[in-house]
Amino acid sequence: MKAHLSRRYLFSASHRLHSDTMSEAENQATYGKCNNPFGHGHNYTLEVTVSGKVDEQTGMVCNLVDLDGFVNREVLEPYDHENLNMLPEFAEQVPTTENLCMRIFEIVQRGFHFAHLERVRLEETMMNSFEYTGAHEPRH
Amino acid sequence: MIYLTRKAEFAASHYYHNPEFTPEENRRIFGKCNNPNGHGHNYTLEVTVKGEVDPRSGFVVDLKQLKEVMHHEVLDAMDHRFLNKEVPEFLYSIPTTENIAIAIWKRLAGKLDHARLHRVRVYETPDLFVDFYGED
Ligand SMILES: [Zn+2]
Repeated sequence: MKAHLSRRYLFSASHRLHSDTMSEAENQATYGKCNNPFGHGHNYTLEVTVSGKVDEQTGMVCNLVDLDGFVNREVLEPYDHENLNMLPEFAEQVPTTENLCMRIFEIVQRGFHFAHLERVRLEETMMNSFEYTGAHEPRH
Repeated sequence: MIYLTRKAEFAASHYYHNPEFTPEENRRIFGKCNNPNGHGHNYTLEVTVKGEVDPRSGFVVDLKQLKEVMHHEVLDAMDHRFLNKEVPEFLYSIPTTENIAIAIWKRLAGKLDHARLHRVRVYETPDLFVDFYGED
């Protein structure tokens, strides 16, 4: 029997939304306060949803120790308490929460093989959240 | 199609142990959750039903009935219980959040008039939850 398991994590990071392909005025108009030159920070909440058959021996979709270990090592370590604009993956790409959400999806999809990745949800504030389910439409 | 979600809370204790594993395997796989004295959680249950709105009542489901069924089938059985010892499903299966969600689905399925069960979501903590949508 297949179930979905979701786990939530917290990390804090700063970013500045600014695109080199736009003029100063366009950057201001597009990103508003988020374009302020020294950046600003958020407490992000990351929600990772994986699915799979519930193992009859363990009663689990996957062992949380494996999921927590992977997310800690591959996502929280590189992003927590960092300035996202300084990271190589955001040298060319604006570190919007959309881009960060898709980036985290790729990391988990590529590296975590104990269950199927369904969705990455990233809450930038209590008011804004973003979800990415990969290139296909979600079933639920 | 419209969806309605009803929440409930229950507190219960459990531990994870598979008699087919060695004590060493049980400790390695289940970690702290293997403590045989059990430990507890405040679970939050979200039951989502789906259906068409009844033109006469304007309801997708009789909420009073849904509440009663959840109470009778789930809360009466699981609230303030030691799941491994007091809930029949878990005498032979491990009361993980996954298995709790599946057990609750089976307890509710077929008990509702009109609306169909869409999803059972069980939060073990605010940071960990399982969704079950029925057997595929
Ligand atoms: Zn527990």
